[in-house]
Amino acid sequence: MDQSQKNLYRFLVGLGDDSVILSHRLSEWCSKGPYLEEDLALSNVALDYLGRARMFYQYAAKVEGQGKTEDDITYTRNEREYTNLLIHELPINDFAFTMLRQFFVDVFYCLYLEKLSKSTDDTVAAISAKAIKESRYHLKRSEPWIRQLAGGTEESRRRIMDALVELQSFVGELFLMSDWEKSLVETGIAVDRKIIKPDWDGYVKNFFAGSEINFSESELKISGGRDGIHTEFLGHLLSDMQFLQRSYPGLAW
Amino acid sequence: MEKIIPTLSPEFAKRRAYRNASPYKEIWDILDNVFDPELPGLTIWDLGILQDVLFNGIIYTIVVTPTYSGCPAVDQINSDIKIELEKFGYNDVNVEVTLSPAWSTEMMSPEGKAHLQSINIAPPDENNKVICPICESENTQVISQFGSTACKSLYQCKDCSEAFDYFKHF
Repeated sequence: MDQSQKNLYRFLVGLGDDSVILSHRLSEWCSKGPYLEEDLALSNVALDYLGRARMFYQYAAKVEGQGKTEDDITYTRNEREYTNLLIHELPINDFAFTMLRQFFVDVFYCLYLEKLSKSTDDTVAAISAKAIKESRYHLKRSEPWIRQLAGGTEESRRRIMDALVELQSFVGELFLMSDWEKSLVETGIAVDRKIIKPDWDGYVKNFFAGSEINFSESELKISGGRDGIHTEFLGHLLSDMQFLQRSYPGLAW
Repeated sequence: MEKIIPTLSPEFAKRRAYRNASPYKEIWDILDNVFDPELPGLTIWDLGILQDVLFNGIIYTIVVTPTYSGCPAVDQINSDIKIELEKFGYNDVNVEVTLSPAWSTEMMSPEGKAHLQSINIAPPDENNKVICPICESENTQVISQFGSTACKSLYQCKDCSEAFDYFKHF
């Protein structure tokens, strides 16, 4: 691989990591949802992210050209080799936390994938055009939930406010650019995440205003995901997710 | 109340014109026997995921586009395509999954929409007007944005009280 291919590979794996880690978190709700329909919804959103991860990984494996599969990328890398942004790996906590994170990333992906669907790389553009339809649908579900929880009981509002405090430390990283992403912006393959920030801030601020929640703007507080520096939670997630392939390498259906 | 007559979407019209112009009519026709594993009776043509039949002089390549990126039925459909074509002596067949153009419910055939209706699934509507497939009332409400599969959401009819699946407009 030449340098530009290496950059593309890292970019794709990063996007795949974001998706597979969030997918795994959402799937932890399976059979534990607040009621049956919500249980199905959480699993369905998880499935959409899993599909997204597969598409990014398949393409990454093709770019690398060493005959690796999506499974090799998912199951044989260690914590420090995972480059997902930290917001995706935070534990599911309670339903309010899960839904507020979902709302934040839904808004982000609706804006980000819109731009990425115009990538000069045809495959990146096609994956994004597919995924954005799903994210728009996810947002249709996460918004009413935030509204309902914020305006519900004293307890539901407290839980949303607690989640907001926690998540505010992590949303800023969504707009952080890695060096390899920056160089891909020059060729029109990637998108400058910073461009999206004002739109994201504005959208979230407006939306929160309807629930009388003050929100000024996202700030960069904690970062490191793209460099493989994670919270303590990722290792535990990987031990769960990778257990089978680590114990029985290459096991297939 | 009048039965809903599904109209032809431009996307589907384009697909049908393409199929009619294809020199591999026999293959397209054989593939009319391949069904979506999660929607009994709905063919992959009617669902809109069958996109193309290509031939390089040696082997046929069947091009399909997934409904949702995480659709677990994709692998099953790919193997069903190969099994069906094998029955007619086409042993060397390649199935390719394409992401572009992204699947949309506009690619569905009117027959497919009518079939959904007949198995009590409300077909996709571009204005998301969801009509009860049992009593045809327009007085319906969403119960959950996600139903039994990623492509459906759950509704209830406020007149006849029946809960039903709505095939999301996508």
